[in-house]
Amino acid sequence: MTDDELRIKSIHYRKRLLKYIKKANAGHTGGSLSCVDILNVLYNRILNVSPGNFGEPYRDRYIQSKGHSVEALYVVLADRGFFAESELETLCRHRSHYVGHPTRKVNGIEQNTGALGHGLAFSVGVALSAKKDGADYKVYTLLGDGELAEGSNWESLLTATHYGLDNLTAIVDRNNLQLTGRTEDMCNLEPLAEKFTAFGWSVRGADGHDVAAMTDELRSVPFDLGKPSMIVAKTIKGKGISFMENDHKWHHGVPDDEQYEQAQQELDALLAEYE
Amino acid sequence: MMAFVAGQELGKANIEVFSETLLSLAGKNENVLVVTSDSRGSGRLMSFAASLPDQIVEVGIAEQNLVGVSAGLASTGKIVYAVSPASFLSARALEQIKNDVCYSNQPVKLIGISAGVSYGALGSTHHATHDLAVLRAVHNISIVVPADNFETAEAINAAAQMATPIYVRFGKRPMYHLHGPGAEFVVGKSLAVREGTDVTFIATGETVYHALMAAVAMEKDGLTCRVISMHTVKPLDAEAVLHAASETRVIVTVEEHSVCGGLGEACAGVLMQAGLSVPFRIVGLPDEYTMTGSQVEIFEHYGISDEGLAQTAKALLNQ
Ligand SMILES: Cc1ncc(C[n+]2csc(CCOP(=O)(O)OP(=O)(O)O)c2C)c(N)n1
Ligand SMILES: [Mg+2]
Repeated sequence: MTDDELRIKSIHYRKRLLKYIKKANAGHTGGSLSCVDILNVLYNRILNVSPGNFGEPYRDRYIQSKGHSVEALYVVLADRGFFAESELETLCRHRSHYVGHPTRKVNGIEQNTGALGHGLAFSVGVALSAKKDGADYKVYTLLGDGELAEGSNWESLLTATHYGLDNLTAIVDRNNLQLTGRTEDMCNLEPLAEKFTAFGWSVRGADGHDVAAMTDELRSVPFDLGKPSMIVAKTIKGKGISFMENDHKWHHGVPDDEQYEQAQQELDALLAEYE
Repeated sequence: MMAFVAGQELGKANIEVFSETLLSLAGKNENVLVVTSDSRGSGRLMSFAASLPDQIVEVGIAEQNLVGVSAGLASTGKIVYAVSPASFLSARALEQIKNDVCYSNQPVKLIGISAGVSYGALGSTHHATHDLAVLRAVHNISIVVPADNFETAEAINAAAQMATPIYVRFGKRPMYHLHGPGAEFVVGKSLAVREGTDVTFIATGETVYHALMAAVAMEKDGLTCRVISMHTVKPLDAEAVLHAASETRVIVTVEEHSVCGGLGEACAGVLMQAGLSVPFRIVGLPDEYTMTGSQVEIFEHYGISDEGLAQTAKALLNQ
């Protein structure tokens, strides 16, 4: 798949995730738009995981620690054939398996997440197991930047280094916003890359919306043999929709009819550029 | 003026009453602090933050830190309200609650917002259906689950005066007024919402209203029900439970919580140990993966509804 094909996919993913959020009248809109390009690269270029090998011990693992952005994950998994996209019509409905956070009842999802600060520890466990088994699959996890205030993350950073887990890659969705407002106003994280480095990780930065750049970084892990890899992905919360970008109010905002139409039109205009 | 009738007039969400009450307390006393973990929006504390910026402490998304820091603040005499979604507060920070707050007797006021299944379709990570059980097993904490706006305001005010820890949990849906003028709120003392002789509903929090509506409906069948708001789950008002057993024919307990370890089992323990045997049912969330849906859909699914509770009570009477 070419970079442009991937970029077009991203636009379609955005259109779909907005569609299902609108239909469910619920969802974590800003964070899904923020990470969807990263998921696009992971699932379409990096991960050796498919409906055919899901459940096979050698598959690559993706664990979404920032579970609230589940709508991005759902549309990508549907596109990869893990389930029919029409299933998402039931998102958040009574009796549906498609709840507002990842659960293993949905094909393609490795671990139930949603309470922040759990995914990295779990990923360390999986990566450690791979080392013990001499298996060569890789483990990837996606963290929110606000999520990094949870101390559990820092415990897991230590364990990953302690065991030299170079089969583990963590990506921080560095959009500088969380629920209430700016991350730096809630819990200052900077200098972030230096902190990860001091904890023994090999750290790189990239534009989290640039599919070519993200591909390059993800294809070159481990950045250092014997060390876990960290990508601080610079992103924009609400990316792709003019009035949602960089506004924490869209963390779990649902567009009204007019906003929804405008959002879809903005995305259609982006698609037209590729025609 | 119309006489007060319980369950007729819709009030505010308890969370709104909490934030108004806290703002008024804090406005009068600069020693009152609120500590949040990226939870001020959900806690309706934006206006608090705007008007009393020096009285709000933010720790980021870090509930363990939230409770530990709150305990330290409380140790110096500050009146500290730690506010976070009930599920994260009571599960993630349980050790801080147990050791730093309760064991060390630092009288932090723990406020569990969006409690029970208020978060509906966000799923089990966000549901607090374990909190009453785990905190009942921790010594030195009062557990209060207010049913309406009056109980909420009273609980938040009472908390300020308490020299021991307290946990108050509530949801975000508007609640009907249950208590008229003259009602007196005391932590540890239940409030009667309705009198009757056939059934006693011992309910807590947002389920009390449904018990009341079940009672109203059953009146048409010639059955009268006592409805008790057991707002304090610990220490439990054992006297009210014992009276229910001797003065009414059956008891149904109702809670927005797992049937394991919550209000129902607390009441059962009181009755069994007093040697009283009375037809008894615990209505709550069964021990299974909670069904997806909104809070209302989940309530209906598990019979925590006007009809569901009436059915349960009638079946028990007919046993
Ligand atoms: C343990 C825990 N505490 C609080 C929450 C509520 N919550 C959900 S998302 C969120 C903000 C997340 O911000 P960030 O990690 O920066 O994610 P993003 O900006 O990518 O949406 C919060 C506080 C939670 N899900 N889990
Ligand atoms: Mg963020």
